[in-house]
Amino acid sequence: MPGRKNLFNVGALVRGFSTTFHFFFVKKPTIEYPTVKKQHAPRFHGLHELRRYADGKERCIGCELCSIACPANAITVIGAENTPTDRLSPGERHAARYEIDELRCIFCGLCEEACPTDAIVLTPRFEMADYRRGAFVYAKDRLLVPPEAGVGSAPDERPNGIPSDLGMVGHVKSTVDIATGYDATNRGTILKDQRRGLAG
Amino acid sequence: MNAAVASVPLWLIVLIKSAILLLVVITTFAYSMLFERKVMAWMQLRPGPNRVGPWGMLQPAADALKMMFKEDLTPNTADPLIYRLAPFISLICAMGTFAIIPFTGDASGAYSIGDVNAGILFVFSLTSIGVYGISLAGWASGSKFPLLGSVRSTAQMISYELSMSMSVIGVLILAGSTSLSAIVGSQQRVWFVVPQIVGFVIYIITAVAETNRAPFDLVEAETELVGGFHTEYSGLRFGLFFIAEYLNMITVSCLATLLFLGGWNPLFGPSDNAFIGLAWFVAKAALFLFFYIWLRTTLPRLRYDRLMDFGWKVLLPVATLNLVITAVAVAVWG
Repeated sequence: MPGRKNLFNVGALVRGFSTTFHFFFVKKPTIEYPTVKKQHAPRFHGLHELRRYADGKERCIGCELCSIACPANAITVIGAENTPTDRLSPGERHAARYEIDELRCIFCGLCEEACPTDAIVLTPRFEMADYRRGAFVYAKDRLLVPPEAGVGSAPDERPNGIPSDLGMVGHVKSTVDIATGYDATNRGTILKDQRRGLAG
Repeated sequence: MNAAVASVPLWLIVLIKSAILLLVVITTFAYSMLFERKVMAWMQLRPGPNRVGPWGMLQPAADALKMMFKEDLTPNTADPLIYRLAPFISLICAMGTFAIIPFTGDASGAYSIGDVNAGILFVFSLTSIGVYGISLAGWASGSKFPLLGSVRSTAQMISYELSMSMSVIGVLILAGSTSLSAIVGSQQRVWFVVPQIVGFVIYIITAVAETNRAPFDLVEAETELVGGFHTEYSGLRFGLFFIAEYLNMITVSCLATLLFLGGWNPLFGPSDNAFIGLAWFVAKAALFLFFYIWLRTTLPRLRYDRLMDFGWKVLLPVATLNLVITAVAVAVWG
């Protein structure tokens, strides 16, 4: 009778008990997420950012190539002419509106590859949870690197894959960039306040 | 006993003792639950509860609070009176056994609320009545899975209680008494686990079945019976069954310590200090609790026919043989 045989298989019992007892002492592989963050791969595809040139001008020229390349139709770009009084980018045109629906985005990185000026870049930033659906449509106020935060960095230039303004990933627990003292999480809010004339 | 204590009526002393004991027992339950979750988690390569308080130490409080605020449901098909009564039968029987368990002792005797001279019989009768809680709960729920669970529980309890009693009678013969403190007293030289090793193993196995723990948890069997006898219960009523299950686990651990591992006696020689005795008792009982959790993480649930087969065709004959040999040995050399 097979049942009886298994019940008296003492060797199997001993093996089973020693296995569970062994794992009792093994170091647990769990990363305790909110307090400890995982070190992502250097070219991890996370939240986008729009970079600037060193003189503070936007790299984006509003060509809409990213929007065309996007397989998920997540990017909306509406370009506009630069005028002599209001030059946002070095070329003839700039992006008047630049919106990415992060809920539609599949983080494939094709926009990054399509961009002729290296303006749109995927960062390793991945914590975008929000309570409202509308909050996932990222416009220029949150995508564009604010002037005081530097220019943003191309993936190839990142030391260990971490962008210069980001301490969010890796085992660095602060979101404040050590070099500039700028808090990356407040980027969008700071910019909004600036537009309203609230920031000092 | 000094004059101040002598003037207090006996019932008041017993009441105060019971209140303190209940508090201790319920706290022990709460932390044995956390202990189980932690140990199980570590054996399964998880960190276990660690969000509520340091090392999850406040997890039991969070669980209790959650349980209290859950909706208390009674199915339309249920027998309302028995449905509401059943959890209390389970809980009261589980708590009642602690009244006579001596947790420690010294030269002047054992420390328990009541030292009943038929102690072991009292414990077994209470745990047998506790089965009614489970059986009635399943029957009164008026739904099929709880009924199946309670039918299983009745059959399982009857078949395993026989072997359990048989395994304990060996100890009774050696000790010559059914009083728990007397049994511990007669283990000062050598623990009964040495002469009664067969009875000890049988007791351990049947105790797991008696408390409906894995791998003998066919009464609950969540993969086939949803939740077994407590499928329809929610909120605090489910909580009562939960408490009863863990208290039963603690009871059988205490009993195993008392009957086979020398109770509060240290490894060598008798103990004179009641506190050292208590530490020994708790350590031994905790060892059993750990073993139960270890067992749960290691072995899969038995199939029902194999459970019955094992109980009647293996455990009962071996327990009977052990009893006969013990009796003959005591009669010849004792």
